[in-house]
Amino acid sequence: MPTLGDLAKLIRSKNAGPFELTFDIMFEDKENYERVKQSGRLSRELLAGLYGISVGDISLIEYDAANAIKVTIPRPCISGDIGDGDVFGGQQYGPLVEIEIP
Amino acid sequence: MRTGLSWDPDFIGCDAGTTDFGPYYLGSGESNFSVNALKRDIRLILLGARSRRIPAIIGSAGTAGADVHLERIVSLVFAIARDEGLHFRLAVIHSEQDKDYLVQKLHENRIKPLRNAPLLTEEVIHRSTHIVGMAGAEPFQEALDNGAEVIVAGRSSDTSIFAALPLQQGLPPAVVWQAAKILECGAACVRQRKYPDCLFVKMDPKGFSVEPPNPEYSCSPVSVASHNLYENANPYLLVEPSGILDTSGCRYEAINSRAVRVTGGRFTPAATYTIKLEGAELAGYQSIIIGGIRDSMILRQLDSWLNGMETALKDRFEAVFGPEISDRYTLYFRVYGRDGVMGRLEPQHHIGHEVGLVIEITADDQATASALAKSAGHLAVHYPIPEWNGLITSIAFPYSPSELERGPVYRFNMNHVVEPHTPGEMFKIEYFNV
Repeated sequence: MPTLGDLAKLIRSKNAGPFELTFDIMFEDKENYERVKQSGRLSRELLAGLYGISVGDISLIEYDAANAIKVTIPRPCISGDIGDGDVFGGQQYGPLVEIEIP
Repeated sequence: MRTGLSWDPDFIGCDAGTTDFGPYYLGSGESNFSVNALKRDIRLILLGARSRRIPAIIGSAGTAGADVHLERIVSLVFAIARDEGLHFRLAVIHSEQDKDYLVQKLHENRIKPLRNAPLLTEEVIHRSTHIVGMAGAEPFQEALDNGAEVIVAGRSSDTSIFAALPLQQGLPPAVVWQAAKILECGAACVRQRKYPDCLFVKMDPKGFSVEPPNPEYSCSPVSVASHNLYENANPYLLVEPSGILDTSGCRYEAINSRAVRVTGGRFTPAATYTIKLEGAELAGYQSIIIGGIRDSMILRQLDSWLNGMETALKDRFEAVFGPEISDRYTLYFRVYGRDGVMGRLEPQHHIGHEVGLVIEITADDQATASALAKSAGHLAVHYPIPEWNGLITSIAFPYSPSELERGPVYRFNMNHVVEPHTPGEMFKIEYFNV
């Protein structure tokens, strides 16, 4: 079964301001984008389990113009505060890469 | 940039700041880039703009856009003008906020929290080292109205820098704000950006075209649309001080292999004009110890070993510095190879053949942080496990001394908007004939 990392052309994370983390999952073409969308696998419930946060805190938006899926969550720690490990929020997408897409 | 200038621009804009680099820059007043790097870029912008007699508009000067950052950039502008023999009318827009003004706004209930905002009180305002407001397009327009040929502004909304002049020329807000969003990161919207560079946008009443002047770069409809995703919680909605841009109806069409035309955005003016605040406060002074652990016997009980070490360190701190020390520091273990990158968000719990350990001690002054770190390092490096009988050295330190002083550390403490009476009241403008 291919992973999200196999199907996407880019998976990235970044701060959307110091208080939120945002993830972009971008696809080269409609085919892979639609495949992931139709699979229903990438859900707020799955992400809540993966990141240990509540479903209500997750925004998930399908952005057809760029063949992309966008996820935004609150930062558990403010960017650069004591205990934060990723000032840019740039390495928080790791667990997404291995999600298997049927 | 030379190619871009030959395409007859009406102005050059530059978004020079961000919160990306963390709270240190707003908190301390330092800039993220060296004076050499700042001077190189500002010189190119000033020479380019003056050669064509068009405005140069720089916003969010000096990384965080407080007055101290602004002064640094303005002094560079004067120095470059002197070196190059340039003459122009300069407007300096201040974004640093007066604390009494904000306290008054707080009492008037005209400061509102955004998502995931920390609690904002009068005390938070007073203990902030710097608070800035993100300027909208209006202060820039006021400066242009008053004949400014070069504008250097403190913290600004990324898009306002690029929206001010086209809005003033009467172009539709829907076109202008969408174009400004695409422009704000320069060449970030090209297919493959190898290094930072500039971007060229032509606006008209129906839409705009975007094309990178650098011949090595090209834009596609998808690469341009993708930029709406960048650093933004929602690619369809862009919130500006004066309204909201909705890109859900936008069309992105290739003009040729490297230029794209964008049409179909909608702009809804806000019922209430708002200015976003950014604030930072001192979180303490920090010393850290970096080390590594390779012994599989320790690694298989890493969590309990660290828990025991934490208790032992706290006991030692009290023994050395007295019981009152416990309110004056925080101790944090960061473990690379376990959850050093993701912390609470990390779903995996296995570790490999070695881990990296960062012991962070934050105290209310540097001397205390460093003294605690010295005690911590000595105790931690010999902290035992039951399986080995005898004195062990359990952490590999790469550096001597093992403790590093990090100096003051800061914390972002606001995610709020102010409702000013007028768009300009939070942004004082000074003019100079350079």
